Amino acid sequence: MKSLRTLLACTALAAAGSVNAADDVKIGFVYVGPTGDAGWTYSHDEARKYVEKELGDKVNTSYVESVAEGADAERVIRQLAAKGHDLIFTTSFGYMNPTLKVAKRFKKTKFEHATGYKQSKNVGTYMARAYQGRYLTGLVAGKMTKTNTIGYVASFPIPEVIRGINAFTKGVREANPKANVKVVWVSSWYDPAKEREAAETLLLQGADILTQHTDSAAVIQTAEAKGKFAIGYHSDMSAFGANAHLTATVHNWGPIYLAKAKAVLNDSWQSEDLWYGIQEGVTDIAPLNKVVPADVKQLVETKKAAIKAGKLRVFDGPVKDQSGKQRVAEGATLTDDQLKGFDWYVEGVEGKMPKG
Amino acid sequence: MLRLEKRPSDSQTMAYWSPVLAIVLTLICGAILFMSLGHEPLGALYTFFIAPLSDTYGWTELGIKVAPLLLCAMGLTLCFKAKIWNIGAEGQFIMGGLGGGFMALQFLDAESSWVLVPILLAGMASGLLWAALAAYLKTHFRCNEILTTIMLNYIALNALLWAVHGPLKDPAGFNFPESATFADAALLPLISEGYRLNISLFFGLFAVVAIWTLMSRAWIGYQIHVLGEDASAARYAGFKEKALIWFALLTCGALAGLAGVSEVTGPIGQLIPQISPGYGYAAIIVVFLGRMHPIGIIFASMLLGLTYMGGEMVQMEMSLPKSLTGLFQGMLLFFLLACDLLIGYRILWSKSADPKAA
Repeated sequence: MKSLRTLLACTALAAAGSVNAADDVKIGFVYVGPTGDAGWTYSHDEARKYVEKELGDKVNTSYVESVAEGADAERVIRQLAAKGHDLIFTTSFGYMNPTLKVAKRFKKTKFEHATGYKQSKNVGTYMARAYQGRYLTGLVAGKMTKTNTIGYVASFPIPEVIRGINAFTKGVREANPKANVKVVWVSSWYDPAKEREAAETLLLQGADILTQHTDSAAVIQTAEAKGKFAIGYHSDMSAFGANAHLTATVHNWGPIYLAKAKAVLNDSWQSEDLWYGIQEGVTDIAPLNKVVPADVKQLVETKKAAIKAGKLRVFDGPVKDQSGKQRVAEGATLTDDQLKGFDWYVEGVEGKMPKG
Repeated sequence: MLRLEKRPSDSQTMAYWSPVLAIVLTLICGAILFMSLGHEPLGALYTFFIAPLSDTYGWTELGIKVAPLLLCAMGLTLCFKAKIWNIGAEGQFIMGGLGGGFMALQFLDAESSWVLVPILLAGMASGLLWAALAAYLKTHFRCNEILTTIMLNYIALNALLWAVHGPLKDPAGFNFPESATFADAALLPLISEGYRLNISLFFGLFAVVAIWTLMSRAWIGYQIHVLGEDASAARYAGFKEKALIWFALLTCGALAGLAGVSEVTGPIGQLIPQISPGYGYAAIIVVFLGRMHPIGIIFASMLLGLTYMGGEMVQMEMSLPKSLTGLFQGMLLFFLLACDLLIGYRILWSKSADPKAA
């Protein structure tokens, strides 16, 4: 009997809680990995905390982590919407169609989907120009390599990943025309064991600097253990290898999330396709390791300032592809649409793209 | 003093009570766990096990998870009864989804729901063929089916990845690894508008009835029983062992394939790299938790489906980590295996106060 009363009290409390919370903005986040992955999901969760800190009691956030990109995603997104969240961030590409399906039913809820290409009335998309950071870290790698071989652990051959490899390689080649980038595909976003294996393979093939487009810090840890260098991605990963970690491309979703939360607060939210980068502070690089010489540091600073000022776009011509054919003429650059559909390698990438 | 004593014969009562006891122990440990995390234990258990089912939507969502679990579990029951340890329902599920999805992509302009017939048949045939590989290896080369089916799971997964990254990729999809979305006519009809639950639940329930009848009424079901209990007796009786192996594996493959194609033409609606959250593996737990009995399997699949949904719920409501889902599934299995000891043994309170004397 007592337990029944406790139970009833609990439900009553829960119901009361949601009534009180009616006037602040409830924001939900759907994550593809665990918040402790130190990579992609971690960077989104940091931004969630940033929004909470900035807006205080005006917002109320909750998240669901490790949501598989399949049939389950739609239920999670729908539950968040049904629980009265006003703004929902779905932070992985595979949530695109589930987000759109739920958005059709919950017309008053605003949805923001990271990395996708489909929008609707209440679904906006956003993405970071991480390739700008990749280019800068590529410059560092090109200057620091002794073996002229740099290893790249990649997840899936989608345009976002190809773009990163190409921007990185362009940076490497500008700093060191003799260096090449070897790519190993692990067909997973988060699989520390596989990532480590791939990193070890690349080291055996002569790479002395590693970087990765996966979500864990396993590659950094491997480089640290073997006394080699590594370049992080998603967040500053120096905690996983103080000696190995040269720098990292980092995302800072805070400005986007804060702006979107404010827009919902004052009723000015609009569906749009945001692609912010170094200029807006959404993409950046982590502090350079102290072993990086001052002239390299200077080079990176100069190029970063040029990107910030809008004078330099990473894929300014001439750009050649793997076969040596010129794809972007002198004075031209790739358009955003071309960047979003990248499906060829620039000169300096070794190996064939898995076409399937 | 606690003492274990072998029972003269296995206890039928305990065979049924063991899962119940396991569930109760899991709940008690779960409550202690929630309490140590600083949450009111009953409220937390309510959020985990009851809140997900507090409205119609929750029940329909449970149905979406139960349907594939039932289809895979019924096929596995047939194999396990014959002591054929088919771990490959996952691969057969994926191949079913891939084969059926391939067929669905041939009908992108379809307007009539009749296209579902070739699509579902293609899915079943693909799952069946995948199981046939394991059956062939077992009957012709005496390959251990545990190893072959596990390895075929990985091959199936990679075949799916290859397909969505390559030939079946949506040409208008910016190179992202997804197929085009299927035509509306190629999607399984919904049971009720407004919910995602579709007729695949009926496929699952039909499989329960069909396999149950087969095992309890049909001659071939009896043969499978005998083969599982004592292979040499089956041979002595003149049963065709190889034919029975083929039958069990092919049926399981077709059912798992049907589950796979129902998933892609149901809640997903296109081919994506990840079409199964591990249904083929979860179904193995379901079969054992359900005592290989159809009614037990229905309850077990509901319970297992519920652990997934409860895990999502405690994350949203109480900010607890996702690992709770795995923890609850793990505890359930652990206690089940522990309680199964009581089928063959009984616990006695020995009166002797001095253990050294014993």
